[in-house]
Amino acid sequence: MSAHTILAIGPGRRLYSRFANRLSWRSAPVILGAVIILGAIIIAISIPWWSPYDPIALAGRRLQPPSWGHWCGTDALGRDVLVRTLYGTRYSLTIAALVLAAGVSIGSLVGAVAGFIGGLLDSTLMRLADITLSFPPILLAMAIAASLGPGLVHTAIALIIVWWPIYARLMRAQVLNVKGLDHVDAAVVAGALPSRILFKHIVPLCWSPILVNMTMDVGQVILLASGLSFIGLGAQPPTPEWGQMIAEGASSFYSWWIAMGPGLAIFLVSLSFNFLGDGLRDLFDPRSRAST
Amino acid sequence: MTDARSNILDVRGLRIAIPGRDGERVAVSNVDFEVARGEVLGLVGESGSGKSLSMLAVMGLLPRNMQVTGSVRFDGQELLGLPARQMRSIRGGRIAMVFQDPMTALNPVMTVGAQIAEAIRLHNPSLSRRALRARAVGLLELVSIPMPEQRFDQYPHEFSGGMRQRVVIAIAVANDPELLIADEPTTALDVTIQAQIVEIFDRLRREKGLAIVLITHDLGLVAGLADRITILYSGRVAERGAIEAVFRRPRHPYTAGLLAAVPSIDSTSERLHAIDGTPPSLAARPSGCQFHPRCAFALPVCAERDPDFQWFGQSMAACHRAAEALPMAGGDDGR
Repeated sequence: MSAHTILAIGPGRRLYSRFANRLSWRSAPVILGAVIILGAIIIAISIPWWSPYDPIALAGRRLQPPSWGHWCGTDALGRDVLVRTLYGTRYSLTIAALVLAAGVSIGSLVGAVAGFIGGLLDSTLMRLADITLSFPPILLAMAIAASLGPGLVHTAIALIIVWWPIYARLMRAQVLNVKGLDHVDAAVVAGALPSRILFKHIVPLCWSPILVNMTMDVGQVILLASGLSFIGLGAQPPTPEWGQMIAEGASSFYSWWIAMGPGLAIFLVSLSFNFLGDGLRDLFDPRSRAST
Repeated sequence: MTDARSNILDVRGLRIAIPGRDGERVAVSNVDFEVARGEVLGLVGESGSGKSLSMLAVMGLLPRNMQVTGSVRFDGQELLGLPARQMRSIRGGRIAMVFQDPMTALNPVMTVGAQIAEAIRLHNPSLSRRALRARAVGLLELVSIPMPEQRFDQYPHEFSGGMRQRVVIAIAVANDPELLIADEPTTALDVTIQAQIVEIFDRLRREKGLAIVLITHDLGLVAGLADRITILYSGRVAERGAIEAVFRRPRHPYTAGLLAAVPSIDSTSERLHAIDGTPPSLAARPSGCQFHPRCAFALPVCAERDPDFQWFGQSMAACHRAAEALPMAGGDDGR
């Protein structure tokens, strides 16, 4: 056991030391992921203040290969690819945050109520979730996005409908676990209302797997949202959305740099969230933790 | 009006049945017991004898598929079939409960103080935050937790097992209940801590006139704390009465066997005394007296007819031979 374990007495130190304890080469991907995500968030917020070019205005000659003036070259309309890629961070992160916030809220509310009340309500809600989950996600998202019409908001709605059942299932399983614990019975015995028992004594104990899953899913949401934009169901030109930009790059195939910027961006951000999710899972779940 | 010695809890003819595909299974039948104000009742029995089930029935916490009949009167009011709303105001208000395992009975993500305050607020919604805190700190003090002001803001994982059980007791007595049901409150604790918990119970009884139902299989605990005892076997009452009378002169062979099984420090025998056989399963209850397959004194009649209670002044036993002077182990020399 390391000195960190011995020092881990206070509640605040505990989490820190759990992390610090495993601060070996194995945590490198987690830290890398966290740094990239932090960078992406900072870029998304601050880009309008320091961007050298306008993302949707002409920045130079058309289809220039990468150079010192345009690090990732220019696209078919003469716009700077790097600037557009960096602006794209805003759309991707916003849509991921929106989809996950709504998906997790709806899903965990449904799952918690279903698991807590049980019976017919439970069966009905969970069969609804099963039906949704039985479709391939991309097909269902396409169908919904196509029926709502193109646009980022519609993409978000489609993705929320695809995503909520995952969290409903996860939350339900957690609630079923926690429901049987003694402190829940103790709350019943203390005369607490069922709603209070659910939201005060059960749900707060259920978050850790959901948090981990959320982190892992950010990459998936970004991928799927870009996919929808790529096939023309999501963001519309001239929005500098990554999937949309790759679609533009596909039409001038020999200017490889147009698709490379957003492609790399999708790759990096998705991978970073997966790394971070892995690290969080190790932190929360003692079973998946490597013995030290 | 009820006088001071009236029964706070009166259970009569309690029967708990679990319906199944092959007919219902009777887990508890014809169970009677009562607790007077300020009195401690020891509810003793092996695992599966129905002692916890009976108390859950009193609290109205049994799963809905179990059928409970009979009568459970709390301070004269019938609890069976009481609407959920009224039951909630009684639970945690006038009847409180302490669970067996203090390691799991507290919410791990709420501070200890917040949990005590919640218990108070559920029954006094108008109290201010400051008043809640003051009362909660007072309760921590009542159960002998040192530095209650600092402890208020700590989480359960910062407490030891014995300390947590005291917090659980503090929560239970937060609203000055009249009846406390303690389901094996010391089983999960080590012996020195057990003594402290017993001391707290005893003080609450003396100072607040709290009536306690002590569910346990620890006869030593019952001897130290209880005024009356009810011994359950296979979902029925085997013997019940004043603790003195039952311990001195057990009338039921099962009681005698239990008393003999308590190891004694000055006993010369090397082997521990045990009752042969195992309690009957819920699915295969014997006919007649539930105890007859394991009883050394069984007569043919024991297998045929369920014995009626015989009254012996201070205690009563359900045994066909209760009036005879059987050469049973236990009793006088036991303790």
